[in-house]
Amino acid sequence: MNEIHLKKVAERHEPKRHKLRNALLAFVFGGLLAVIGQFAANFLVEQFQMKADESVTVVVLAVILITALCTGLGIYDNLAQWVGAGLFIPISGFANSLASEALESKSEGLIMGIGSNMFKLAGSVLTYGIVAAIVFSAIRYGVSLL
Amino acid sequence: MTTLQFKNVYVQSSGCAVGPLEKAGPLGEYFTNAFNDNYCEESTFEKAERRLIKEAVSDTLKKGKLTTHDIALAYGGDLINQCASSNYFAKDLKVPFVSLYGACSTSALAMGHAAIAVEHLQMKHVLAFTSSHTATAERQFRYPNEYGTQKKETTTSTVTGAGAVVLGSKPAAIAVTAFTIGQVIDWNFSDANDMGRAMVPAAYDTLMTHFKDMNRTFDDYDLVVTGDLSKLGYAMLSDLCLKQRFQLDNKLNDCGLMIYDVNNQPIFCGGSGCACSMVVTVSKLFDLLRTNQMKRILLIATGALLTPVILAQKEAIPCVAHAVCFERKDA
Repeated sequence: MNEIHLKKVAERHEPKRHKLRNALLAFVFGGLLAVIGQFAANFLVEQFQMKADESVTVVVLAVILITALCTGLGIYDNLAQWVGAGLFIPISGFANSLASEALESKSEGLIMGIGSNMFKLAGSVLTYGIVAAIVFSAIRYGVSLL
Repeated sequence: MTTLQFKNVYVQSSGCAVGPLEKAGPLGEYFTNAFNDNYCEESTFEKAERRLIKEAVSDTLKKGKLTTHDIALAYGGDLINQCASSNYFAKDLKVPFVSLYGACSTSALAMGHAAIAVEHLQMKHVLAFTSSHTATAERQFRYPNEYGTQKKETTTSTVTGAGAVVLGSKPAAIAVTAFTIGQVIDWNFSDANDMGRAMVPAAYDTLMTHFKDMNRTFDDYDLVVTGDLSKLGYAMLSDLCLKQRFQLDNKLNDCGLMIYDVNNQPIFCGGSGCACSMVVTVSKLFDLLRTNQMKRILLIATGALLTPVILAQKEAIPCVAHAVCFERKDA
């Protein structure tokens, strides 16, 4: 059995990937989430006389809270399977990675379990978020000197 | 010659325990021991997996009217690091114990070794068991259970369950007649979300070795069942066999496709895990032999021997398959 022959046979049994459907669902759902967030932020500004940037922070916190609750109730992963990047790219994806990892490592205790495992998946977002921030602010500073 | 043949190895008794999704599947009627949720009345999933083994083994011993004192040797395995579920269960079993790891092929590996112990070491009763749990396996090999990634179309779901068999030399309805130990095959396939197709070359290789050693073809079997190739792997294996001009005549099937309803249950491409082949064998396959609907069945349990660390270092997934032949013996 040679490898090339096997690869050829395997290729014939490649399943149909639903790329277009996934992209559309992600676009619609992610957009919907953003629209709801915007409405909520506007509502806070109008009804509670909040400043625009403060209202955004409150909405983000609310999304994180709702995501964490849905993760714990076992709803989130089913929804995410369906809408994919529509939930993964917004802050909900980040919140879910923290909440799911914390839930999973609960059995190993507070320190070695939740404490050290919570950022296992989200850690790379933080690391490269910080690295990118340093790089881009350096570039910006360099440009400002010109 | 890698096929070992046995003359005096019989299945004395067998039993299994499963989770809710397996109970709701097409083989649900065979599963008398089933739990309503994946925690199996325990506090962690790791304990739940051990509970499944405990239920399966005690069911087996009860059916065979045996106690642990009758067991001379036990073989077991699971998917967790250090074979934790089996080893932790074995501390309560208190019989000489060997833990085995062959990923999802552990079922055939354990039964084959138990058969060797009965035939060649003249042991009266040898126990073989395997288990897997969807939550512990997800955690071990993939992401946290509640993590919201979009799983690929090629994914398989791990069977929650455990199965056990006691083999012995006392003549019974089902005999274990051959055991083909497969070789590890690496064909530079590294998609960990598509373990079904990854294991096909190993299954094919073991199948061909078995046919060659025993001088048989599909015609000599009523059924050839692979472990957990998923519907994609199943199609690919059929393709490879047809290319060699074998007549399949609906004699090829897959445990992962038998245990779940692939079209209506949320399991993607099929079932996997070392409980998958074990549970299907002790329920459906043994029933087919006991009720004389079939005379000879070949089980090819397939295992993807991947390790998350080495996979992240961009190496491929080596796979292995072991085959065990079961035959109906009339008294």
